[in-house]
Order: sequence, then structure tokens, then C-alpha cells
Amino acid sequence: MTEQSPPEPDASPRELVHGCPVDVRLGQSIIFATTDTYAPLMDALVDDGYEMCVDLTAADYLGHPGRSLPDGMTPERFEVVANLLDLRQAQRVRVRVQVPEADPVVASMFDRWPGTEAMEREVFDMFGIRFEGHPDLTRILMPEDWIGHPLRKDYAEGRIPVQFKEADHR
Amino acid sequence: MTVATRTGAGIDLEPYIRWTSEGEQELKPRSELTAKELLREVGAVLRMSEAEVAALGDVERDPTDDDERMIINLGPQHPSTHGVLRLMLELEGETVLRCKPVIGYLHTGMEKTAENLTYVQGGTNVTRMDYLSPLFNELAFAMAAEKLLGIELPPRAIWIRMLLCELNRMASHLLFLATNGLDLAAVSMIIYGWREREEILRFLQAITGLRMNHNFIRVGGTAADLPDGWRDETLRILDLIGPRLDDYDTLMTNQPIWRGRLQGVGTITAQEALVLGASGPILRSTGVPWDLRRNMPYLAYDEVEFDVIVGSFGDCFDRYAIRLQEVRESMKIVRQILDKMPHGDYRVQDKKVTPPPRARIDESMEALIHHFKVFTEGFKVPEGEVYVGIEGPRGELGCYMVSDGGPKPFRCHIRAPSFTNIQCLPHMMHQGLVADAIAVISSTDPVLGDVDR
Repeated sequence: MTEQSPPEPDASPRELVHGCPVDVRLGQSIIFATTDTYAPLMDALVDDGYEMCVDLTAADYLGHPGRSLPDGMTPERFEVVANLLDLRQAQRVRVRVQVPEADPVVASMFDRWPGTEAMEREVFDMFGIRFEGHPDLTRILMPEDWIGHPLRKDYAEGRIPVQFKEADHR
Repeated sequence: MTVATRTGAGIDLEPYIRWTSEGEQELKPRSELTAKELLREVGAVLRMSEAEVAALGDVERDPTDDDERMIINLGPQHPSTHGVLRLMLELEGETVLRCKPVIGYLHTGMEKTAENLTYVQGGTNVTRMDYLSPLFNELAFAMAAEKLLGIELPPRAIWIRMLLCELNRMASHLLFLATNGLDLAAVSMIIYGWREREEILRFLQAITGLRMNHNFIRVGGTAADLPDGWRDETLRILDLIGPRLDDYDTLMTNQPIWRGRLQGVGTITAQEALVLGASGPILRSTGVPWDLRRNMPYLAYDEVEFDVIVGSFGDCFDRYAIRLQEVRESMKIVRQILDKMPHGDYRVQDKKVTPPPRARIDESMEALIHHFKVFTEGFKVPEGEVYVGIEGPRGELGCYMVSDGGPKPFRCHIRAPSFTNIQCLPHMMHQGLVADAIAVISSTDPVLGDVDR
């Protein structure tokens, strides 16, 4: 019988992948990054074989600040969320980037996965997060002269009164 | 773009047009661009680096000589764009030099709407996104919520979902075959494809109550059990469609004209498809055997036998042939589901998530309260975030859901396969003919409700 110490429950649960804390929640691996560690992390993940960026989106955590993040991560208002896929291993990994409200700028992934071009435009359009190095950062779903970023939590949801012509005659 | 000169019916339209102008989203003529801007733009639409674009030699054309080239709009009101897809094409003669999809004409803010609907109501919203595969949207939404809730479904619910999804996949692919035929002037095909699809829709109507936008797959299971006689009806449809698919082979697959129009048109390589994020039949047409049902099984797809159909050339013909063959594979799966459909409950009996059976409401006050609660304020979902991806007819359909512990999703993002797939269009059309552009659009099978959400 070999001497094996049982895993200590007190041992730091914080694991690092390429210098960024990683967590497995509901069976899905999540890597947490900041705007500074995002670009080098993604480079390293490309080298790890994550050859497809399936999805890139964002979330606005205004009004829900108390989410659980690994120690050392400061919750910011925005999160950019990228879903990467490794086809050979059939593995997914999700990268959550904390993006501060004061300076919502993150690096563009266009050079690594050109397919993120449209997804980053959508995030820009909906959340007003800018992507540095993006070749064509314009609105994609809203008209070009639209004011505001609709998926932000503080964006006023307008209602347009609809007038039914015949309503009075009934 | 100058708008000041535009007038119509004696009214100065300028103040109105100003508010609808799309300015920077459009494709500009070369004379208005500097060489560097052009490099960047071609790179952006072709998803290439500037060095690669320069190596193409495309941008070295004389920028002052704009008479040689023409920028035209294909869509948004064009029947071959499958809705309101607008492509700006730069043509030299009949050759497409540049192409830029301009989207958003069908954008109705469904992701914002989702944040204001409970998990019970959410299904009615997502089902309208990709309106040709509504059950897949519902499935992705329900699976994401169930993952956050941590509930296990009874086996019958899982198999009913599989049955419905495979029938929906057949309907969706049949519609593709119909419109693909129409776009390429095999006009009779639209009647045949629609006829067969209608058989499936009629059956879905018998099960769910609606032809489309079913809201049948709900968090916790399905809305109801399968009706009596579903087995016979399924068999009737399978027996009907099987031989009809062989007719399609005669009508299209083996036709020299059909092959001539599609083979070698709109090619894309596996590497390009991967970095562009293309999935589904587009990715498989390049020879990558990637199907989430096989590679990352969900529901009970690991218990059924089917083949993942791959192509080898990544052209329009491969994408057509893959979808046609996938209808047959779906039929294979449906036959296995008929044999293996388990008995039992069609939804979890968790009073906090699913409403109690109707009969219980008459006799139990508690059941009445639960019923009332579920439909008025909904149920609370534990805090967390999750991504679920399933294999829709057009590729990976994902749902990224964030919950703050309340009865409504804090954020609900749908990863729409069509949105990513149409980003491949500029690449596939590059240096092709305008006539082939129609074939290329058709072969990506875009659904604009899915693109714009």
C-alpha cells in the first residue's frame, strides 16, 4: 500500500492555465482573464489546439455585482465571453474577460480567428465595448446612426405607442 | 454617400433619409478609398491579413477607373436572399470582386426581450429566432436552463425531444432542397420540397398544436405527451418521404446541369471554415467530420446509430448532397426512436419547475398554488452561467445563459449558426460570377431570423 495523502480540502482550489485562474462549473471549464491577460491567454489557447472560436459575446453585470469569481479577480461591469472549441479533443473552454466600465476596450481576436469579426461587431453594437485592432468596427445589427447600446442594462427600453386606426369604431 | 440630392415626389427626403442612413456599414467605391483603407476592407470582408490581400493582387486595380466596376445591392428585397439579407457586391463585368453582407433588417432585439420574459415564457421568444428549426432553439434554451437548475429529465422526455428535433431537421433540410432548387432554376423542386415538408409540419401540428413556433420543448421536459397514433403517423411519413428522396436524386443529384451549376462553385477549405467559425453542413462539406450529436453527444444521441455525412470539396454541391443525405440519416434515427421510445413521464415532476397535471388542480389546493406560481412569476433558477451547444440543421446552435438567481434570465445569448455562416459568403463568392453568387447564398441556407435575432 503506497502512502498517499488524501487531497487536502484546504489546498488552494485556484488552478492556473497560462497564468489565468481556471474553474470548472457545471462541468464546463471557465478561464478568467482581465483585459491585460486576455490577448496572451488566447494566443496560448490557439497553440493548445483551440482552433475554433465558436462564439464571442458579452454580458452587462450592472445590478448584479455579487457574482462568484476566483480569488484575486475584481468583478467589473462588463464581461466579454468567448467560447473556444478544440475539435480533436472535443473540448470546450470558455474565457470570461472582466472589462471595466470606464475603459471598455479589449483586444480584437480577428488575427487569431477571423470569424470573430462579425461577433465583435455585434458586441460593440450591443454593449459599446470596443475591440482594439478590429478592421471594421461599425454597428452590425442596429442602424449606423443609432444612439446607445441596447443590451446594456441601463439602456432605456422605449415603447412606441401603436395606434390602431379602426379601434374607435368598434 | 450623399443624400442631399435625393428627393422624391417633390418632398425633400433629406431629413428622413438622414435617420436611416447606414453610412459606414456600406461598401464604398474604390475612388473614395485610399489604398490602405481598401486593403483593410478587403481583408475584413475576406477575413485575411493585409499581407495576404496584397498578395492576391486584387487591390492593385486602378482606383480612379471606377467606370470599370460597379457596386450593386443584392437584396434586401431579393427573393434569392432568403429574406432580408443584403449583399453589396462590387462587380467587374460579371465577376464579384468584393462582397459585404449588410444585416440587421430583421433585428428585433430578441436577446433583450429574453431578459424580460420568465423561463416559462422564454420558449415563445427563442422559438421565433430560427423559424425553420424552432424546436432546436427551444431545445438549446431549455437545456441551458435545465443545466443551471441541475435537473435530470425522465427518459421519455429525452426521446420525445429527439424525435421532434429529427423531424424538424428533416423539415428544415427539405425546405433547403426546395429553395436551393428554386434558386438554381429547378423550379419544380420548390413544389416537391414544400409538399414533403408540409407532411412533417402537419404531423408536428398534431403533436404540438402549431405548424411552427411550437413552444413545445419547455424547461423540465415537453409541454405534453405524444398523441395517440403518433407511431403510425411517423411511419407513414417515413415511408412517404423515403422514395421521394430518390426522386430528388433523379431530378437533381444526377443531372449534369445541376452538377455543372454547383460543382466547384463557392469552395471553402477546412482551415478557412474553422477559423471563420462555420459549422454544420458548411464545415462538414470540407471533410471535417464534426457533428455535435456524434462528437459531444447530448440527449440520447449516443444510443442511436447514424452516419456523419462529410464532403470532400467544400463546394455548393457537397453542401447540397450532405443535406439531402442528412434527411436520410434523420429518418434512420427516427426509426430507431420508434423502437426505443421508453414509457414514463414526459416532464420532471418537480412542482417548482413544471405545472402539476390538470386533474390535480381540481383536488389539491397546493397544486393550484404551484400552477399559479409557475405561470405568474415563474420559477427561480440558481445563480450561474452556462453555455450549451447543440447540432441544429444549420450548424452549432448555442445558448449562453446567465442567471442572477431570479425568475428571468439575466442574459440570454443565442449563438446563431446562420449569423456566423453568412460571414463566409464574401470568401466563397470572391472572384466568382454573379450567377454563382445566388448558388452560394442558397448553399449556406441562411435564415435571417437567426442572423438578426
